[in-house]
Amino acid sequence: MKIAVCIKRVPDSETRVKTAADGKSLDDAGVKFILNPYDEFAVEEALQRKEKAGAGEVVVLALGGPAGQETIRTALAMGADRGILLQTDAVPPDAFVTAQAIAAELKAGGPWDLVFFGKMAIDDYNGAVGPMVAELLDLPCVTAVSHLAIEGATVTADREIEGAVEVVRCALPAVLTTDKGINEPRYPALKGIMAAKKKPLDVKAVALAAGVIEVLEMTPPPARKEGKIVGEGATAVPELVRLLREEAKVL
Amino acid sequence: MAPKYHGVDFYAIDSLLSEEERAVRDTVRTWVDGELMPVIGDAYLEGKFPKHLIPGMAELGLFGANLPEEYGCAGLNNVAYGLIMQELERGDSGVRSFASVQGALVMYPIYAFGSDDQKRTWLPQMASGKAIGCFGLTEPDHGSNPAGMITVARETKDGWVLNGAKMWITNGSTAHVAVVWAKTGAPDDSGSIRGFLVPTDTRGFSAKDQKGKLSLRASDTSELVLQDVHLPKDAILPKSGGLKSPLMCLTQARYGISWGALGAAMACYDEAVSYAKNRVMFGKPIGGFQLQQARLAEMLTEITKAQLLVLQLGRLKDQGSMTPQQVSLAKRNNVSMATDVARETRRLLGANGILAEYQAMRHLANLESVYTYEGTHDVHTLVLGQEITGISAFE
Repeated sequence: MKIAVCIKRVPDSETRVKTAADGKSLDDAGVKFILNPYDEFAVEEALQRKEKAGAGEVVVLALGGPAGQETIRTALAMGADRGILLQTDAVPPDAFVTAQAIAAELKAGGPWDLVFFGKMAIDDYNGAVGPMVAELLDLPCVTAVSHLAIEGATVTADREIEGAVEVVRCALPAVLTTDKGINEPRYPALKGIMAAKKKPLDVKAVALAAGVIEVLEMTPPPARKEGKIVGEGATAVPELVRLLREEAKVL
Repeated sequence: MAPKYHGVDFYAIDSLLSEEERAVRDTVRTWVDGELMPVIGDAYLEGKFPKHLIPGMAELGLFGANLPEEYGCAGLNNVAYGLIMQELERGDSGVRSFASVQGALVMYPIYAFGSDDQKRTWLPQMASGKAIGCFGLTEPDHGSNPAGMITVARETKDGWVLNGAKMWITNGSTAHVAVVWAKTGAPDDSGSIRGFLVPTDTRGFSAKDQKGKLSLRASDTSELVLQDVHLPKDAILPKSGGLKSPLMCLTQARYGISWGALGAAMACYDEAVSYAKNRVMFGKPIGGFQLQQARLAEMLTEITKAQLLVLQLGRLKDQGSMTPQQVSLAKRNNVSMATDVARETRRLLGANGILAEYQAMRHLANLESVYTYEGTHDVHTLVLGQEITGISAFE
């Protein structure tokens, strides 16, 4: 089973990010970067599928600056076989530009039985590259997969949608994007970390197409207003209810 | 739920670590967050080592991680190994002790003094957590002075017979194999001390847990009794010779302890900062008061110094030029520092600081043992005194 996993390097969700001086991007200084958590599910799922099949290859693909190599090595440490970094100055704001570059690489390196993505990156929340790549490769796509069963060349996938679980079916090869719940990603073992150094990692400089989307500005959300203490104890309740009704208008 | 732990890095010490070293540290940190932190409070109260964690620790490769890959170990450098100890003890000194004993006190002597057969038999099993080890050097009446040990090994026609008792043995009751140090010569001949591999199901060997500990409660500490324990000839560690051999093991373990204690201090500091920012008294967070700020500033300063100390110690170890005296300095400084940080955190937390729900008092109680084991603080002081003056205060 030949499987591609497309991953992204993102700021740790626990890091407090700041916008850069240009007002349009994040300031990288002092920010810890991690493998996008949804992509961790994708890597784990690919590894499990390969292990189940008993043979095959898991190839990890990322697009972005040189530091992406470190993120790829995290996936290699988990057990992926080799990595490819499509090196660019930065991740373009236009998801379609990213999708084109990834699709071109996948086309050249294919055919694939499965292509995994995380359902979205936790930095830009786009969730767009996976489906776009599927379209460019003319493959079926199921997004936000929370449970996966593969029988022969048939994929049955659960998607947790509002108030229900949707069960969908498609044929292999397919592009799947993974959601929380699909698996429990393994810890990269120390031997895996050592082995990752010796696994092939191709760095390919790519020229990106011009995009049609431009970031105008990036501003932090407004600071939360300070709360108000109405009073203490039972005597404050009537006033609290009045304020909730008349000022906050939530009752 | 406690806020996520971030570590402490005021001096961009991360930039002095390789990508691989950081990856090792991060993977152990994530494991500690996910597997150890949720259970350690209860394990401590119950007074039990969380045994169910052993397979996970083995799978990660935490046992003997700085030993070569050919024996099933991770083959890491010593800085990465130190970072593992730091992260484990961020969780709990008892859990770090388990890994220290397994790796530095049992796997290391088998690796350094064992025959090829012994290495091939034991190291892969121990790396995979299928075999657990313990290290028997200290005796009821011989702690700081191991040269005085009374455990003896008499050579017979077809092997050895061991008699004696060992005390304060971490993992003693869990172990499948014990590295036991015994005199093969006259009672005053510390040069005759040799190491023996004793399978714990050998007749005459017994281990009993020591009860009533108020420290390292999430770690098994046992008393070993050896009564006419018959061993085959090949039970001896062939390359061991004299007191120097067990002391070499202790140098390995103490190296890890200097990193480990730092981890406990970092855990406490993290807790102290978070508490100081959130606990409101007299209308503002207690972190806004000068007394608490002084506490925090002192902790951060000492932790940062200790971080640089062990990092350089690790680089020296990787170069092969580290001395036991340098390890004494680091163990002495970092454990004492960590004990102070834990105590100050306990105090900063006020009444909450005595609860198992918080970490500080557990670390503080643990560190009192760490202060005493593997060469007491005082003994390391004298080791340094001897190194400085050339005059031994022991003799």
